[in-house]
Amino acid sequence: MIINHPLLGPRDSSEFVYLGDACLLNRPDWQADDALEQFIEYGHIRDNPAGLHRELWYHEQGDRSWLVVTRNTVTHEITSVELARDVALAEGRST
Amino acid sequence: MRYSGFRVIKEALTGHRGWGPAWRDADPKPEYDYVIIGGGGHGLATAYYLAKEYKQSRIAVLEKGWIGGGNVGRNTTIVRSNYLLDGNEPFYEFSLKLWETLEQDLNYNTMMSQRGIINLMHSDAQRDAYIRRGNAMILNGADAQLLDQKQVLEKYPFLNVNNARFPVMGGLLQARAGTARHDAVAWGYARAADQRGVDIIQNCEVTGFRIEGGKIRGVETSRGYIGAKKVGSCVAGSSSKVMAYAGMRLPIESHVLQAFVSEGLKPVLPGVITFGAGHFYCSQSDKGGLVFGGNIDGYNTYAQRGNLPMVEDVMEEAIAMFPMLGRARLLRSWGGIMDMSMDGTPIIDKTHIDGLYFNGGWCYGGFKATPASGFVYAHLLATDTPHHTATAFRLDRFHTGHMVDEKGMGNQPNLH
Repeated sequence: MIINHPLLGPRDSSEFVYLGDACLLNRPDWQADDALEQFIEYGHIRDNPAGLHRELWYHEQGDRSWLVVTRNTVTHEITSVELARDVALAEGRST
Repeated sequence: MRYSGFRVIKEALTGHRGWGPAWRDADPKPEYDYVIIGGGGHGLATAYYLAKEYKQSRIAVLEKGWIGGGNVGRNTTIVRSNYLLDGNEPFYEFSLKLWETLEQDLNYNTMMSQRGIINLMHSDAQRDAYIRRGNAMILNGADAQLLDQKQVLEKYPFLNVNNARFPVMGGLLQARAGTARHDAVAWGYARAADQRGVDIIQNCEVTGFRIEGGKIRGVETSRGYIGAKKVGSCVAGSSSKVMAYAGMRLPIESHVLQAFVSEGLKPVLPGVITFGAGHFYCSQSDKGGLVFGGNIDGYNTYAQRGNLPMVEDVMEEAIAMFPMLGRARLLRSWGGIMDMSMDGTPIIDKTHIDGLYFNGGWCYGGFKATPASGFVYAHLLATDTPHHTATAFRLDRFHTGHMVDEKGMGNQPNLH
């Protein structure tokens, strides 16, 4: 698979480390009333869809940026690659 | 029909006209007591043990393709019980004991061959870990034997034991481990289950559940609605897809594991051997091909094919172990989809829906577990209590913190 890095252009996926579903960007609030339930969900439960999947890849053998890659889990086709930082900022996160 | 030497001779003399189909191609009935989703090894074994051990009837196995077309026909056929943890080892040892008598039990030649498995060790720390593992195996009634370098070389004289980075210091041998013909396991269970009245319904994909008042009523399928008192999902690889029909989300990611086979070679590998410094396992089939594999590719996928970086990685490990393989040609490679659970351990449990049961999360260790998985799942379905060897495989263990993390990797599925 070739991942089209937003800053570096097309790079081979073997340069990256895969973490998992991009929902991992949104760590639950530890002070919420149902924080325990939320963290169990955050740590273990996944949608695991057959089809489009937003997922986190880390460019370990490159510029060490975290990317949010949208990829089809049935065809391996990658349709969008964003910097995870941009995704988090767009969702209203401060850092 | 019972298969026997006498039968082979009789059929040979009468033009082989007496062999019938090994199982009926059943059409679905409107209702069953038990519907097992998934006609792989585990599903067929579940139906067989439900009928045989738990004396249940009105059982159907629904398979979306054909029997043996999924992961049971895609693995590297290794059978072993060399686990460490208390939650795992009694279960896998129970499985290995079932394997040892499976051919007589099923009246089917599954080509079970107890040729032994050696896990090579390459460091002092790994020797300590293998001694611990071997002791855990022996305490649970399995067999284990620590080999030094000389003893390993007696069996595998061509190993590169003097690799500068990963010298082979010895290995952990389980002599009762080995290989079995994977397709024959599916066929054997299908035939034996069919003889006990189980309906095996092929080309029948489940497309939904009918659930009323928190209780299962039946399944919607591509061949119409089928009523059921109890429904057991047994579709590792596609568990998240099927259980989503019941509104459930699972502690599972689907990943692809590739496997490889070389051209046929003269007998060279006496048993199963694994590289301890990476992840590589290899045996030789009775046809002569070397059957081997390594790690999963490492990203979520439902495509039954992998990518080239893992192919290269597996080949590098092969050559590091056996430099002589450099001249052997690779014949085929393929991929299968694994349920990778969050702690690397399977799940066999009830769900919050009355009458709906779940069996999955086998990671890439499902084949060896086939007999025991079927047995304990049949126990759960028939009695509503877990079998004593499978009490740790609970669905709620991720909520209660009772994970069974054999490899000690944490909740990162692609590291198990």
